[in-house]
Amino acid sequence: MLRLIGARLLTTIPSIIGVIIVTFLLTRVLPGDTAAYFAGPTASPKAIAEIRSKLGLDQPLPQQFASYVAALVKGDLGQSLTTGQPVTRDIAARLPASAELTLCGLLLAMSVALPLGVLAAVRQGSWIDHLCRIIATAGVSLPVFFTGLLLVFVFYFILGWSPAPLGRLDVFLSEPPRVTGFLLIDTLLAGDFPAFRAAIAQLILPAVTLGIFSLAPITRMTRASMLAVLGADFVRTARASGLSSGKVIGVYAFRNAMLPVVTTLGMVFSFLLGANVLVEKVFAWPGIGSYAVEALIASDYAPIQGFVLTMAVMYVMLNLLIDLLYGFIDPRVRLEG
Amino acid sequence: MITRRTALAAGLAAPFIARSTANAQSVGRNETLLLVQEYGPNSLDMQGIGSSQPVNGVALNCYDRLLRFKPVPIPSGGGNTIAMTEIEGELAESWQVASDGMSCTFKLRNATFHSGRPVTARDVKWSLDRAVSIGGFATTQMNAGSLEKAEQFVALDDKTFRVDFIRKDKLTMPNLAVTIPFVFDSELAIANSGGDPWAKEWLKNNVAGSGAFKVESWKPGVETIYTRHDAWTSGKLPTLRRVIARDIASPSTRRALIERGDADISYGLPPKDFKDLLDAGKINVVGVPIPNGVWGLYLNTATGPFTDVRLRQAAAWAMPYEKMLQASLFGRGIDMSGGPATPKVAWPQPYPYKTDVAKAKALVDAAAPGGLSTTLLFDAGNATVAEPMAVLIKEAMAGIGINIEISKVPGANFRGEISKKTNPMVLNRFAGWLDYPDYYLFWTMHGNNSIFNIASYQNPALDKLVDEARFTSDKAVYERSVVDFVSLVSREVPMIPLAQPTHDVAMQKNIGGYQFQPCREPDFRYLTKA
Repeated sequence: MLRLIGARLLTTIPSIIGVIIVTFLLTRVLPGDTAAYFAGPTASPKAIAEIRSKLGLDQPLPQQFASYVAALVKGDLGQSLTTGQPVTRDIAARLPASAELTLCGLLLAMSVALPLGVLAAVRQGSWIDHLCRIIATAGVSLPVFFTGLLLVFVFYFILGWSPAPLGRLDVFLSEPPRVTGFLLIDTLLAGDFPAFRAAIAQLILPAVTLGIFSLAPITRMTRASMLAVLGADFVRTARASGLSSGKVIGVYAFRNAMLPVVTTLGMVFSFLLGANVLVEKVFAWPGIGSYAVEALIASDYAPIQGFVLTMAVMYVMLNLLIDLLYGFIDPRVRLEG
Repeated sequence: MITRRTALAAGLAAPFIARSTANAQSVGRNETLLLVQEYGPNSLDMQGIGSSQPVNGVALNCYDRLLRFKPVPIPSGGGNTIAMTEIEGELAESWQVASDGMSCTFKLRNATFHSGRPVTARDVKWSLDRAVSIGGFATTQMNAGSLEKAEQFVALDDKTFRVDFIRKDKLTMPNLAVTIPFVFDSELAIANSGGDPWAKEWLKNNVAGSGAFKVESWKPGVETIYTRHDAWTSGKLPTLRRVIARDIASPSTRRALIERGDADISYGLPPKDFKDLLDAGKINVVGVPIPNGVWGLYLNTATGPFTDVRLRQAAAWAMPYEKMLQASLFGRGIDMSGGPATPKVAWPQPYPYKTDVAKAKALVDAAAPGGLSTTLLFDAGNATVAEPMAVLIKEAMAGIGINIEISKVPGANFRGEISKKTNPMVLNRFAGWLDYPDYYLFWTMHGNNSIFNIASYQNPALDKLVDEARFTSDKAVYERSVVDFVSLVSREVPMIPLAQPTHDVAMQKNIGGYQFQPCREPDFRYLTKA
């Protein structure tokens, strides 16, 4: 098993190197002059030149690349100009916020989408199938910032049920000592229950927003794959053998239908992690997506490179995890090292 | 029923619960201000290179300067603003300009740094030396007030400090009151500098000042928490004991927070939201016309179609001034059209042009009978206001035979574009900290061709008038030069002033003591919460 994982990781090295080169080149090709931007108002050409040389942007590209890679090897992703902090520290602070939000959103989506998809497949053509279609279409066609703002408007502004969308924790509560970076876990570890409740309250609306958006692919994929499996010979055989309908669907059909669904889940998760920028903006969530976008607007190279690299690494890990999961779900699928 | 397990759990949890309530109680909500803003500081050192706009707020509240602007009531009410000539001491208890007018001696008051050390003239010297030597914006800003060399700053003894002038410049004294020449605890900074003579890296992440507030915690991109420096003696002790500044990127969320009453004060909403809040009347909106600030359309005088002055004048006659003020600024500004033929001693002020399509058409027919096509550039960061303005300009110019293609570029790119000085039309807002007409023109139309002279305007006659106004000490000469150069640029129109925007702040009715500062950041020292 370990050997398989090792071999698998080896094959990802070329893609990581590719990602490093491409992001480096892409950020340099982007229009925009970092030095002029950060020189600020009333900057003289001399001041801009000073900043450019301080940032090392006046050196030839290969030399810039060499020093970037040399720093990278030491685990140094460079310095962000927009926050003024090392990129590694920024990402370490912000990645858990995004991951917590995305995971909660995905869990919410799964808890609705999986039963709905299965029911829609079992009762094909019934009202529940139509409901499934409507929810999926609505979920995917409503832009997240719109759903987010709508939820804020209804549940915060009009009804006042939800706390102020001010980020991860109420401003008057102090954050628990950082262990995992996941507030829900850290508050429990610290035994700080008021903070735990506050953190959940802050999380609900953004998580629901993300959940609604990711409902569609999961529901549709569950339904389609269930339909395929339900039509298969082994299900007919199981039914003919007199197994109860619950056992046929729950054990035999569902487990076999899970393979494409797990793939979709992996895709949706990695997509959401980077793409929930708009949710982060609406809810003032200190996540990694808005961090990358702000850096992009300012032509701030180091955070963009750091972000893409982190995402690439996470994507690789996630795919590996899914491949391993396949093996558990379906013993016929074996990793080939 | 109390079992051993619940008792244990309660015991383990107790200190944490006690701590979180204790924290909330020690400084009550009525002494804590919650500010929401679009983005926060990227450093704690405004003198450092690459510091963003909100860092001015840190400099303002956590550090002291020798001088500060005296609060002057806003004519329309709602709080205080400043006037360039009304200055009072901050760290300086008193000051005396030498009889030859070539130096100024300051007597320092008894003030202490957050570290507890007394503020001395040596700290002032180190800090001002730093500002003129560190490079970048800080040095440029110091130079604007003829503060150029470290030799100009002399610490006479612990409490006496002298600034030697290299020339008589009316901007020198006001420039000591802006957010750049603030005073560091030099011993603390040097002790932590790690060998860097200006302790740049350490001061970027730490405050070493004597200001009214300390930084309790700073999470870049998330929030900054300030607590009061209780031993502050450079002014009336603030009534706020704690300020939480949260960065909320979405303007809709910021508006919802202020309307629901969860946030006390909000900066940087789109003009439409300020207008709506004002109309609804539940929230106080205080607007100050930004001194020395104006939205302008820069027409390139060095290259492209607008080298012909008739086309520049045609554009000035064609602008839909009133429509732009209503549709892009929602009335939160001052119209810049239909001014008198002889200008006043003021900036910005309306040029004599007003919307007159027939006059504009006649000028275009004479200069470019077949019409022409060109492009209009603006910064995407300003899109809320600039985009509707640009569309209205495009529509109006199409009516006089000038076809415009609008090009919207992100901030980093915009700076690069305007420094090329090849764009025929650029829409931009520029505001100078020091409220003098000659200062504004020095940056935007003078032959030194700074990056903000977007029109690339070069005219020795103008340079002579502007320089004369900058350095004269004769009021009559000054006023004559200002009138002359304003009428010169209103004839030549390298830049068409469109509207002077207001700087708006929305706050709850129980918030008082609003103070506008040229750096346009919130001044917590005067704010009160009832």
